[in-house]
Amino acid sequence: MIRQLLVKKVTHLASIVLSISVISFMLVSVSPIDPVRAYIGADMLAISRAQKEKIEERWGINEPMHVRYVKWFTELLHGNLGHSFIFNQKVTKVISTRFATSLWLMAAAWVISGMLGFVMGIVSGVMHGTFVDKLIRFYAYMLASTPTFWMGMLLLICFSMWLGWTPICCATPPGILLENVTFGQRIYHLILPAATLSIIGIANITLHTRQKLIDVLQSDFILFAISQGETIWGATRHHGIRNIILPAITIQFASFSELFGGSLLAETVFAYPGLGQATVLAGLKSDVPLLLGIVLFSVFFVFTGNTIADLIYTLVDPRIKAGAPK
Amino acid sequence: MLSVHQLSVRFTSYETGLKKKETLVTSDLELAVEKGQVVAVAGSSGSGKSLLAHAILGILPGNARVSGEIMFKGTPVTPKRQIKIRGKEMALIPQSIGCLDPLMRIGKQITRAGILSGIEKNKVRVTNILRRYGLPDHTANMFPFQLSGGMARRVLLATATVGKADLIIADEPIHGLHEEVASDILSHLRELADQGKAILLITHDLSRSLLIADKVVVFYAGTTVEEASATAFSGEGKNLHHPYSRALWQALPQNGFFPVSGTQPVLDHLPEGCVFAPRCDKTKFICKIKRPPVMPTDGGFVRCFHA
Amino acid sequence: MKTVIVTYKTILRNKRLTTILSIILCILVFAGLSIAGFTISEKGLRTDLEERNLSPDACHIFGTDWLGRDMLTRIVKGLNLSLKIGLIAAGISTMIAVMLGLCSALFGGMVDFVIIWMIDLFMSLPHLVFLVLISFAAGGGAKGVVIGVAVTHWPALARVIRAEVLQLMNTEYIQIASKLGQSNTGIMTHHLLPHIVPQFLVGMILLFPHAILHEAGLSFIGMGLSPHTPAIGIILSESMRHLSTGYWWLAVIPGACLLFMVKLFDILGENIRDWVNPKILRG
Repeated sequence: MIRQLLVKKVTHLASIVLSISVISFMLVSVSPIDPVRAYIGADMLAISRAQKEKIEERWGINEPMHVRYVKWFTELLHGNLGHSFIFNQKVTKVISTRFATSLWLMAAAWVISGMLGFVMGIVSGVMHGTFVDKLIRFYAYMLASTPTFWMGMLLLICFSMWLGWTPICCATPPGILLENVTFGQRIYHLILPAATLSIIGIANITLHTRQKLIDVLQSDFILFAISQGETIWGATRHHGIRNIILPAITIQFASFSELFGGSLLAETVFAYPGLGQATVLAGLKSDVPLLLGIVLFSVFFVFTGNTIADLIYTLVDPRIKAGAPK
Repeated sequence: MLSVHQLSVRFTSYETGLKKKETLVTSDLELAVEKGQVVAVAGSSGSGKSLLAHAILGILPGNARVSGEIMFKGTPVTPKRQIKIRGKEMALIPQSIGCLDPLMRIGKQITRAGILSGIEKNKVRVTNILRRYGLPDHTANMFPFQLSGGMARRVLLATATVGKADLIIADEPIHGLHEEVASDILSHLRELADQGKAILLITHDLSRSLLIADKVVVFYAGTTVEEASATAFSGEGKNLHHPYSRALWQALPQNGFFPVSGTQPVLDHLPEGCVFAPRCDKTKFICKIKRPPVMPTDGGFVRCFHA
Repeated sequence: MKTVIVTYKTILRNKRLTTILSIILCILVFAGLSIAGFTISEKGLRTDLEERNLSPDACHIFGTDWLGRDMLTRIVKGLNLSLKIGLIAAGISTMIAVMLGLCSALFGGMVDFVIIWMIDLFMSLPHLVFLVLISFAAGGGAKGVVIGVAVTHWPALARVIRAEVLQLMNTEYIQIASKLGQSNTGIMTHHLLPHIVPQFLVGMILLFPHAILHEAGLSFIGMGLSPHTPAIGIILSESMRHLSTGYWWLAVIPGACLLFMVKLFDILGENIRDWVNPKILRG
């Protein structure tokens, strides 16, 4: 059964990547932004018409769209996403180094928001109707609509400007070579961006966990546990958590899309040189190969999260696991 | 061991806006169980039998109000005491398999029940109790969804008896079971009573419960209409005092299958007088205006003007 | 005669009344904001170098920026712009959602398959990345933002409407109506539309916050509205450059106002949903 599922998933991924690649290629092609002008920038006046045409010819800009697409896609199948002119590196190289930097940030935010949100959801669910519950719900309700970048700015003002506890920007201290950066320095630069993404990310998982727990606490087996002498917290600890942890983990994996989007904003605020910032730069400076590369990578990233979310039940839930032939 | 006197349960609910509504779901229950006894609480579904179990254990929903008196081992049962004694001195055998945690292995659930009843963790003998009820040892490693209906009931029986509870409340323990499994479960209950426990057997299956019961309390429309010794349910039911008890007895297939005409009244529209008056063929004027009081009989009590 | 005493407490406990009051209150705030947007003088947007970087006081309650522009004026203008973009985006997205949701449920088969596949596709890409892509395709600016937020917010609502219609189609009375020979259009107008119209309304209002936040986010990273427009995203992105100077009001107040407006839409949407669907009120 698991093999069947994997085959289905891979086919699904292939169909999505193919469709998204066509759509995004069409989108960047209809853009009125002149890629050569974007590349040359202010020096546009300095180059002659002939020189411009030469560049256009080399980039194949005047060929029909489908021809360019097939060329690009063939290269893609060979693992070549083209050359990013703003970083003057291969797109694959840019994505891999930038993603490695972002991964620190996203992983930290993902774990922290998941754990805190789960705990807060449980407290809120067990105590539902009380003042504590109302407070937690209000927090989640407000945070769910707070712009990520604004939250980042508030933290920046508070902790970096006023208190001076945290750095103002970047992933590493300025003027230090990357290989000399210590683990501590990395963490130090990670605190605020990760806190920003966590604070925003908590809302969803908290509200979800709370609702699930309230539902579970109303089930017959909790009532039976209470009749056996269990307290409400005891029943939550021994039976509640067991029954809500899978859905919570699933929700958290399914949130990769928001995590990626959030990293765009947080990395812009903190000038954190990750993939999110690269996305913004690629869009702003019209680096088409990089933009297309990142689009495909983000599809892959979101797909990974969703697939894990789907598979968790099959792999962990005994009710489904037992249904599978050995 | 346990006696219940004038127990009533009300539910309050809010209708639209500010209107507060109170529904009386059971009223003036009378009941007593002694050590070594099996007392069956019999009545058709919808008569509020399960609420009785929940009221004794103190696990009714928050909008329920309980009045009346519950005595356990000679002292009144207060909500505070309920928290202390449930699971330890009194245990519940619930009706459905849905009462087991779907994601926890059976062995662990039985162990947990044992710990809650006051036994140390490493002294809970899961295999022993499984064997006592004829369950294979590997049941401990199974999840509830892997159990058959009969196995699930035995597991529920095991969770209630792994500790040392003196009162066991069995809520429909044989509902939907095959003849063979049902009589096996019943004989286990009888055995527990013979070992000195008190058993409150809540069921709508009068004929099966008579196999093991010492006393039968007949439930109708949220109240107890008669308490009689099990031996009174014999022949044409001449030793029964309440018309409904007799009707219930005569409605059994082996006794002629005589149905009672009419239907049980809805709980929030109970008649003013005797709850059975609308369906009774002996109804007189007084039955319609006054609730009959509890009157002692040779084997228990009855709530009827004609007895 | 019965005397009715209305106290503060009884109003709060009567959910239906609070629902209607909140709806009226939200609408009043939005109306006030729009009127303020039209009537506020453009003077505040002008550069006034003598009044630079004033912290909030009686004359400029939200302070002034580094060019001496009045922050209150800029924020009111910015929120109005957000309202406008939100309205266009939520309107278009809701219409797409209703049309696709209905088609998907009513026609089934291949149509359903294609629409589900489209929903799937839209959700396979992080929303903000999609917006950057569309904004780039449109060449940036206001056009890019409006197109972007308008065509990307429909999938979730389309899914809800599809499910709703499918559920309705399976209910007994519609089955009976169809067996009795009522035509498809008859069933549409008599049975489906009364259920779909509230969904449409509530769905549209609840899309507003998303659209507004995405517009602000896109403008903030520089892919959206041009730097000369008074939009909240632009204001915040400009104030980023002045964070280190200690002019906190440039960042804190505009964001708080945006959050306030977004929350107001949430409250409005949820209350209207409760109002048209009183089942939920009992809870």
